[in-house]
This record gives sequence, structure tokens and C-alpha cells, in this order.
Amino acid sequence: MTETTRTAPAKVPGTAPPPSRTPAGGEGRRGVRVLRRLTPWFFLAVPLLLLVTFTYVPVGNMIYYSFTDWDGVSPDRRFTGVDNYEQIFTRPELFRVFFVSFYYLAASAVQIVIALYFATVLSFDLRCRNLFKGILFFPYLINGVAIGFVFLYFFQDGGTLDSVLSWFGAGSGHAWLGDPSSANTSLAGVSVWRFTGLNFVLFLGAIQSIPAELYEAAQLDGATRWQQFRHIIAPGIRPVVSLSVILAVSGSLSVFEIPYIMTGGATGTTTFVIQTVKLAFQFNKTGLASAAAVVLLLIILLITWIQRRLVPDEKVDLV
Amino acid sequence: MTTPLPARRRIAPALTYLSLIAASLVVLIPLVVVFLTSLKTSEEVSDGGALSLPGDWLNFDNYATAFSDGKMLSAFANTTFILLFSITGTVIIGSMTAYAIDRFDFRAKKLIMGLFLVATLVPGVTTQVATFQVVNSFGLFNSIWAPILLYMGTDIVSIYIFLQFIRGIPVSLDEAARLDGANTFTIYWRIILPLLKPAIATVVIIKGITVYNDFYIPFLYMPSEDLGTISTALFRFKGPFGAHWEDISAGTILVILPTLLVFLFLQRYIYNGFAQGATK
Repeated sequence: MTETTRTAPAKVPGTAPPPSRTPAGGEGRRGVRVLRRLTPWFFLAVPLLLLVTFTYVPVGNMIYYSFTDWDGVSPDRRFTGVDNYEQIFTRPELFRVFFVSFYYLAASAVQIVIALYFATVLSFDLRCRNLFKGILFFPYLINGVAIGFVFLYFFQDGGTLDSVLSWFGAGSGHAWLGDPSSANTSLAGVSVWRFTGLNFVLFLGAIQSIPAELYEAAQLDGATRWQQFRHIIAPGIRPVVSLSVILAVSGSLSVFEIPYIMTGGATGTTTFVIQTVKLAFQFNKTGLASAAAVVLLLIILLITWIQRRLVPDEKVDLV
Repeated sequence: MTTPLPARRRIAPALTYLSLIAASLVVLIPLVVVFLTSLKTSEEVSDGGALSLPGDWLNFDNYATAFSDGKMLSAFANTTFILLFSITGTVIIGSMTAYAIDRFDFRAKKLIMGLFLVATLVPGVTTQVATFQVVNSFGLFNSIWAPILLYMGTDIVSIYIFLQFIRGIPVSLDEAARLDGANTFTIYWRIILPLLKPAIATVVIIKGITVYNDFYIPFLYMPSEDLGTISTALFRFKGPFGAHWEDISAGTILVILPTLLVFLFLQRYIYNGFAQGATK
């Protein structure tokens, strides 16, 4: 709507400059015009240069490398067609990392449910509301390496978890991170601890943007808390929940920090990104690593697309 | 007046508080234990359980060790340097982009918006193998400028925040300034940028926390020991300190402390910032 008011004159593309009567005046006006046309580019040059250099060139190169056997260093690279892709889907040890994502996906579901519960509870009046809010959100702000160390100690033999369990008389001595059956679950638990706060704050913001009159009206009608949640809160925060779901899915596929810091990918905790980093920077298989990255990128784009189809929320208006 | 509440009305709030307290304990216990460990001597760590209390509450030896042997001082200096440049760069680049896109009409506008939009769909972690080659070809590998450029160049969220905000600034202000003879750059610098202060605060907070906490980029691009950021310097504790949990804990607390202070002082802005940043 505001487009028209904002449109500066003399910017209709393709119109020839009006014939000028005096050569000098014409020159001047054309100069101003060229300058005007160039102004936005003056502001956009650096951002665009950075965008292209660090996003589009890498994506293009990555697709190109993925069809070669390049090691990342030597000047010659051989075109090998879809060989890299074939390897990813046929070598079980390469493909296995996808299954690790399911642990984190399950963790995300838990995380969203917990966040939703606390966001609902804390949107009503409670004592120490801000204190609880702060405590629940704070883990999200902590440095990932610090979290890694905190939880390495937590899961250690005779560490925090074992000590707490012994209070309740539960036997300790379980190697939480050394045992393949519990390592991924433990790591996924850390990711719940770390990211619940973000979801919680997003949900809380969405709930608070629901007009208060709705609750008042509902209360007058004698609606219970559950009915209020079901009919007022749930529909009101659907866009944010769907955003959280998509962040959760792409986040689960690209887990890196916590397992890398805590286990280095040992005992079956290697995730997709850990494997890609190892392939590229330890084993110098840039071609194969690029193919893996392309697969991951395609999966994430596909999920985003499916989500946009399923939950068409209000269009992001940018232009 | 004094009729007792039905049992249900009393049990429900109690359960609510109980769940809140349980969640708080889950959040706090792992952190408190690490804090306790950071104050213990190495004998206390090996003998006592994880939850035992330190003998001397003012034993800061481990912090001194972590600070000097762990090269935390240079790590904090490097991180501050990176923060300063990448945040300033992000604010200038983001606001210039938003200004150009919102205040001008030109042929390629839709295309450019599309380029920025599509870029949001590409997660940074997936392209790092190829980005590495680009950075390497500039000769920036193992230099402090590599992360700075990457943080500045790939921040689309801040562009969105600025774009949303700049729309609320009436165009009539620009026009009035133009009538007074201001050129486009003056308008951007003297009128738009000062009015963007709240958006700048949001971007500074989000970007600051992201950069301070980032591990992936400094880990890949600055392996040299002198170039440690607080993330990579802390990560290196794993080697030399082995199972010296008292030193590792001290380093961990040193890294968490600034975050805690910033959080306590800027709580309200931080919540809003993240809510805004993520939904854009």
C-alpha cells in the first residue's frame, strides 16, 4: 500500500530521459538521475558482496565438489559423477548417523511439550514468576562448551547424577556416556536442558500477545483452565509452535556442539555434522563431505517446504 | 467468606509450584555442583562426592590456574575484539540493507529480497566445508578476521529485525530532511540510524550472545592456540587438565559468569530480543 507513496519519481524503468533543451542542463539532470539510480546499490554493495561470497558461492561450490573426489588440498580433482551420493546411501556406517538424529528429534518433542506447559503456567499470576522465568530461560544463554563440561561432570562415574540418584537409593555405577544404549539418550537430555528455555520464551511471548479480554470473557463463562488453554491459547500460538517444530527438525539434523565436546562422537554418538567435519577436515574427503552436506541441505529444505504447505501461516511479507 | 476452597482449587496450585520448583532444581543443580567443584582442592574432588561442600569457600586457586594456564585472558581479549568488530559490522550492514530495501524502489529489489530470503533456508553448518575453501582462498584461515567476516556476512536475522523496525519510521521524516538539503547518506546516518536504537539494542544482544557462545566457527577457522576464543580456549581444557575437574570447573564458571551478569542486568531486553529474533 505504501509502495506508491514511497516510490520516488523518475525511477520508472525503461523510460528514456526527456529530450533536454539546453545541453548543459540535460547533462546535469542526467547526472543526478544516474546518481539516484545508483544510490540503493551504494548501500547494498557490501551486504550483497558478503551474502554472495559466504552463502551463494559456498553453496555452488559445495554442489560442484560433491561430484568430485577432491581432497580439499591438491590442485587436481576428478569428476566422479554420483559416486559420492551412492556411497552415502549404501555404506551403512555413513548412513547410520541419520538414526542418531531421531534421539534429538524425540528430545525436541519433549522440549516443546515442557516449554508449552511452563509457558502456560507462567502466563498466569504466580508468586516468583520472574524468578522462575529467568531460571528456565538461562540455560539457553550459556556457552555450549561450558554446558558440555557441566554435563560431562554431571554424567561422570560418581558425578552429579549418580550422587542425586543415590539419595533416592538408586544404584549408581552406570557409565552414562560410555554405554551406547544410554549415551545418545543422555546427550539428547542435555539438549532438552539447553533449548527448552528458548521455546519457553517464544511461547510465553505468543501467549501474552493474546488479548486479555478473551480470558476474562472465558472466565465469566465459567471456562476451566484446560478449556481456556484448549480454545484460546492453543489456537493463538499455533504459528509459533509450527516455527518451533521446524527449528526442532532442522536443529536435530544439524547437532554438533554438545556431542562433539562431550564424547567426540564416540560410542555411536556421531551426528551428521560431526561426520561431515571429520570427513572434510580429518580424512580430507572434501568431495564426500560435500555430498553429505548437500544431502543434509536438501532434507532441511524439503522439511521446510512440507511444513510451509501443511501449516500455511501468514506470509512473510518482505517486499 | 470463610468457606474453605474445594480441595481441587488448593491442590492444583500446589502441584503447579511443585513442578516449577522441580524444573528449577533440574536447571540449577548441575550448575551449582560445578560451582562447588571449582572451589574445592583436588583432594576434595577425588575423595568427596560430587555434592559435598568445599572446605574453604574462598579457595580461588583453581580460578588462578584456569586463568593463567588456560590462557583465559587472551581468550577474553580475542572474544572481545571479535565481538566489537562483528557487532558493529552487523549493525551497519544490516541497517544499510534494510534502509536500501525499504526506502528505495529499483528494478532488482524483488530479486535481492529473494536472495536474502533463500539464504535463511541454508543452515550455516551444512555449507561450512565449502565456505572453508572460500575463506582459505582469501588467506584468512587461522586469522581473527575469518570469524569476523563470517559473522558479519551471514546474519540475515538482523536484516529482518531492522527491516521490520524501519517500516515504522514515517517516510515524511526522510522527505522533510531531503527538503532541508540532506543527501541520502545523511538521512541514513542522522535520521534513520538514531531512530533505530531499539532495534540496534535487540541486534546487539542477540548477536553478542551468539558470537560469545559460538564454538563451531572459531574451532574450524582459528586452530592456532594464540587465537583462542573463550569457547575454544575452554575446549582445550580437556587436554592438559585431563581429569582435573576443579580446574575445568573453574574455567567453566569463568565463562558462564559474564553471561549471568549480562542476563541479570538486561533480562527484559533479552527476552524480547530473542522472541523478536526467532519469529522473524
